[in-house]
Amino acid sequence: MTTFLQATVAGLSLASIYMLLALGFVIIYKSMQVLSFAHPAIMLFAAYMVSWMAIDKQLNFWLALALGVVAAGVMGWLAERVAVRPMIGKPLFAIAILTIGLDIAIRTPVNNLIGVNIRSVGDPWGFGTLQLGDVVIQHRSIAMVVTAFIVGSLLFAFFRFSRVGLAMRATAIDQEVALAQGISVGRIFSLAWIMAGGMAALAGTFASSDLSGLTQSTYIVALKALPAIVVGGLDSIGGAVVGALIIGLAEAYTATYQSQYLGFLGGNFSQVVPYLVLLIVLLIKPYGLFGTEEVERV
Amino acid sequence: MRGRPSLFTRYEADGAIFPNNAQRVWFVVGLIAVAVLPIWLPRDWMILIATAFIASVGVIGLNLITGYAGQVSLGHAFFLGIGAYAGAAFGGAATDKLTGLGLDILIWLPAAGLTAGLVGAIIAPIAVRLKGLYLAFLTLGLVFLGEHIFREWDSVTGGPGIGREPAQLSLFGWRFDIDGSIGGFDVTREQQIYWLGLVVLIIMGFLAKNIVRSRIGRAFAAIRDRDIAAEVMGIGLTRYKVLAFAVSSFYAGVAGALLFTVTGFVTTASFNLLLSINYVAMVVIGGAASIAGSIMGAAFLTLLPRMIDAAGDVLPFLEVGSQGILSTSQLERVIFGVLIIAFLIFEPMGLYGIWIRIRNYWKAWPFSY
Repeated sequence: MTTFLQATVAGLSLASIYMLLALGFVIIYKSMQVLSFAHPAIMLFAAYMVSWMAIDKQLNFWLALALGVVAAGVMGWLAERVAVRPMIGKPLFAIAILTIGLDIAIRTPVNNLIGVNIRSVGDPWGFGTLQLGDVVIQHRSIAMVVTAFIVGSLLFAFFRFSRVGLAMRATAIDQEVALAQGISVGRIFSLAWIMAGGMAALAGTFASSDLSGLTQSTYIVALKALPAIVVGGLDSIGGAVVGALIIGLAEAYTATYQSQYLGFLGGNFSQVVPYLVLLIVLLIKPYGLFGTEEVERV
Repeated sequence: MRGRPSLFTRYEADGAIFPNNAQRVWFVVGLIAVAVLPIWLPRDWMILIATAFIASVGVIGLNLITGYAGQVSLGHAFFLGIGAYAGAAFGGAATDKLTGLGLDILIWLPAAGLTAGLVGAIIAPIAVRLKGLYLAFLTLGLVFLGEHIFREWDSVTGGPGIGREPAQLSLFGWRFDIDGSIGGFDVTREQQIYWLGLVVLIIMGFLAKNIVRSRIGRAFAAIRDRDIAAEVMGIGLTRYKVLAFAVSSFYAGVAGALLFTVTGFVTTASFNLLLSINYVAMVVIGGAASIAGSIMGAAFLTLLPRMIDAAGDVLPFLEVGSQGILSTSQLERVIFGVLIIAFLIFEPMGLYGIWIRIRNYWKAWPFSY
C-alpha cells in the first residue's frame, strides 16, 4: 500500500508538470488551430533563464522564476509573431512542421548555453521531505501540485469570468465572427502563445528542480506532454487535465511496478508508457477522450 | 508533336515520365555525368553523395505518403530502423550474440523493404481511422516505442551503446564494401557504394514515378485533396491508405537497410525523432508531391553540412569555432531549422518549385514577364 501511495504521489507531481505543458498546447490549439512543436524549446529556454539568473547571477529564486516566465512569454510571442502568423490559413500539417523548425532553431543555441553539465535551477525545495504516515512526500512535489492547481483554477476563472477570456473563447469558436465583434484576433493569438510560454516556464523549472537537474535532454518532458493532450482531446482544456493525470500516473505506476511484474518489457519502460497509452486511446477513440469529433460536410 | 512540345493529344503522352525529347536527352546526359563523377571525386564527397542517393529513396517513400496521399507521418525513423535491422539480420554476419543469416544483397535488400512494408501494413489500420494531427501523434509515438524496442531487442540490434555491423554488400560473392578491380580497373569501396546507391535510386525512383502516375497515384492524390469526395468517387479509403503506408514503409525499409552500410555501423540511438524530422524537412525543402523534388531535398540537406563548412572557409565570420556562440554543427542545426521555416513561408513548393520557376523564366527568355 505504501508503495502504491508513493507511486501515486510521484505520478501526481509528474502529472502537474504535464498539465502545465498540456494546457499551453491546448490554449494555442484552441485559439489558432496550431499545434506547437516549439514548446520543448521554449520550455528549455525558460528553464535555462531561471537557472542562469538564480545560479549565475545569484538572484532570488522567486524573482528568477518570475523573470523566466516573462522571458518564455516573450519568446512565445516572438515565435508566434515572426514565424507562425504568416502561416495562418495554411494546412495544419505545414504549420506543425514549421514549429518543428522553430524548435530546432531555438533549442540549438539554448543547448549550447546549457552545456554538457547538469545545471541546477536553484529552487528552494532541495531534498526536503514531508513524512505522512509511511509515505515520504518531497517538498517539490507539493509545490508542483499546488502550483498546477492554482494555475488551473486561475485559467478556469480567466476563461469563465474575464472579458479577455470570453474573447479567447469566442475566437476559438469562430475567428471571423470574433473579428466582426471587435475582438482583435491577432492579439488573442499572441496572448495564447504568451500564456503557453509562461506555463511552459513553470513546467520547465519544476522538471529541472529534480535530482536530474537541467540538461539538454530535459526537453523530452515536453514531448511526453503531447500524449496527455491527445488522450484528453486536442481542443479540450478539461481533457488536458485528465490526460495529464492519466499519463503521469501511468508513467509513475509503471516505473514502480513494471520491473517487478513485467520485467521482460525492458529497462526504462516507463519512459515510453505515455506513447503506449496514446496508441491505445487513439485505437479506441480517434479524437481522444474529450476531443470534439470532426463533423464533415461534403 | 514536333515543334509543339507542350501540346498533348493523348493521355499517355500527358502522363509520360519524360514529356518531350529534350527532357529525355538531358536526363541521359545528366545520368552519365553523375555516373562517371566518382572517377575524379574525393572519397569523402563520394560517401556523402552516396548517402544522398540512399536518403533520396527514403524521402521518396515519405513523399509518397505525405506529399501524394496527404497522410502526415513523423514515424519514418521507425521504418528506417526496421529496414536497417531487418537488413542486418538477413544480410549481416552472425556472431555469438547477434542474429545474422549472411544472405546475398539480392535477398536482404527486398527482404528489409518487405519487412518494413509489412509492419507498415499492420500499423496502417489504426492510422486509417485518424486524420491530420492525430495521425502525426500516432506516428510520433511509434518512433519512441520503436526506439525502446531497438534498445531492448539486443540479439538483433546489439543493444544501446554497442550497436552492430549492418548487412554485407555482397552480390553473388562480389563485395561492394571492399576495394576491388573490374576488368583491370581498380575500384574503391566508396566508388562501388556510390554506384550501388545510384542504381538503387534509379530503380526506386522510376518505380515511384510509375506508382504516382498510375491509378494508385491518382487515388492517393484524390484522398489528399478531399478524402470524402474521393470515397464518393469509389476510392476505397482504407485500402489505399493501407497501401500508401505499406509502400512508403517499403521505401523506408530499403533506404534504412542501405543507409548504414555506408558508415559500416548502426546504433540504436540513430532512429530517433530527429531522423524523422530530417526526412520531413527533406520533403518540405525538396518539394511535396514531387519525385525530383524528393531527390533535390535529400541531396540538399545531406550536402548542407559540407556546404556550410566550405562557406566557413570563404566567409570568415561564419567560422565561429568552439569559443563562439555556436559551433559549426550547431550553426548547421540552426540553419536547418530556419530553412524549414523559410521554405514553408516563402516557397511551399520547395526546391522543385524554384526549379520550375527558373525553367519557366528561361522558356520565354528574353520576353519572360
